[in-house]
Amino acid sequence: MDNKQKEQILRSSGVNVLKCMRCGKCTATCPNYEEMEYHPHEFVYMVEKGDLEKLMASQSIYRCLTCFACVERCPRGVEPAKLIEAVRLAAVHRQGENHIVPDDIPGMLDDDLPQQAIVSVFRKYTK
Amino acid sequence: MRTFTYYPGCTLRTKAKDLDRYARACAKALDISLEEPEEWQCCGGVYTTAHDEIATKLSAVRTLNSAKEKNTPLVTVCSACHNVIKQTNYDISHDAETASKVNNYMQLETPYLGETVVYHYLEMLRDVVGFDELAKKVTDPLTGKKIAAYYGCLLLRPSKALAMDDPENPHIIEDLIRAIGAEPVIYAQRNECCGGYMTMEDRSSAVKRSTAVVTSAAEMGADMIITACPLCLYNLKKNSQTELPVYYFTEVLAEALGVKEDS
Ligand code: SF4
Ligand code: SF4
Repeated sequence: MDNKQKEQILRSSGVNVLKCMRCGKCTATCPNYEEMEYHPHEFVYMVEKGDLEKLMASQSIYRCLTCFACVERCPRGVEPAKLIEAVRLAAVHRQGENHIVPDDIPGMLDDDLPQQAIVSVFRKYTK
Repeated sequence: MRTFTYYPGCTLRTKAKDLDRYARACAKALDISLEEPEEWQCCGGVYTTAHDEIATKLSAVRTLNSAKEKNTPLVTVCSACHNVIKQTNYDISHDAETASKVNNYMQLETPYLGETVVYHYLEMLRDVVGFDELAKKVTDPLTGKKIAAYYGCLLLRPSKALAMDDPENPHIIEDLIRAIGAEPVIYAQRNECCGGYMTMEDRSSAVKRSTAVVTSAAEMGADMIITACPLCLYNLKKNSQTELPVYYFTEVLAEALGVKEDS
C-alpha cells in the first residue's frame, strides 16, 4: 500500500527525492517554518523512506503557504513544495477527508476578505 | 492602439474593484485597449502543481485559448491569476502529458499548446509601453514619496514559469516607481510571503508574516507600500501590527497619469 502511494506521490509531484543533498536550505527559507511539525527537507526525506502516514496525518500539510520559496531556492532543483502538495492531495482525496467544509466558511469571513482567499483554501484543502 | 485580451479574475469584480478600475483607466491613458473575454471563470487562486490534476487547470486554459482565438496577447493584473495562468501555460508547453490530457478533455477544434503570450500588467508597462515612454505621460508626479514595492511570492516564483524578473533581486516595480517620479525603497521582505490564505486557517501565522513585511518596509523609511495582489493588500492592511498605508500599484499609477478622479 505504502509503496504504491509513494509511487503515486512521486509521479504526481514530479519530484526526484534522490537529488536532495539534505542541506536544509528549503527549510531555512520557509516563511512558515515555525508553524510546521515537519519541514520541507523532512518531507523530502520522509517520502524517500516511505514514511507517508505520519506526513498525511500532520497539520504541516495544511501549513505550507505555496509561496514557492523552497522551489526557487533549493540548490538541487528538488522543488519540495510540489511534494508537499502531492502528499496533501493524497490526504484530502481520501473519502470524507476534506480539511475544510463550506459550513466553516461564514465564520471566517469579514467585509474585506478577498474571494481569492476563499477559492485558494478550497483548492488547497478540499478535493 | 494596441489590443490585449484582459482577464480580470473574480476578486477584481468584488473586493478589489480599485485594482481593476484604475488598471482600465491607465490603459486608456496609455492607448491600450483591454478586451475582456465574453465568458471567463475564476482561475482558482492557487496553481495545483500535481501533474495528474487536470480539472483545476481547465479554466486557465480556456482563458489562454480565448486570447489565442482572438490572436492577442493576454494580460492579467492580479498576482494570483497571473501566477496560475503562467504556470498553466508553462506546463502545457513543457509537459506533454498535461497538454495531452487537457486537450483530450477540451476537444477544441485546434489543440491549445501554450501559444498565447501572457503578460502581467507590469510587464505590459515595461515591455510594451516602456517605462521611459510612461514617464513622459506622467502629469502629476509623486515627487518626494518613498514607496516600497511589495512583490510577495506570486509575481516572481517559480521563476522558470513566471519569467518576469530576477526572483531574488527584482526591479520592475521599482522602475515603475521611478517612472512616476517617486523614490523606491528597497527592503529585505519585499519578495517574501505575506501569509496568503493562511489568514483563514490560522490568522496568527498571517499576522506574523504580514507584520514582518510591513515592519521591514517601515524600517527602511517607506511612506507607503504598493502591491498587485488583493490578498497581500488584505494581509498587509488587516493582519499587520505595523501601520503603513498600502495601495494597489494601479491606483498610484492612475494618480500620476492624472486619471484617478475620472476612473
Ligand atoms: S534545499 Fe533542496 S537539496 Fe537542500 S534539503 Fe531542501 S530539498 Fe534537499
Ligand atoms: S512553498 Fe511551503 S514549504 Fe515551501 S517555503 Fe513556501 S511555505 Fe515553506
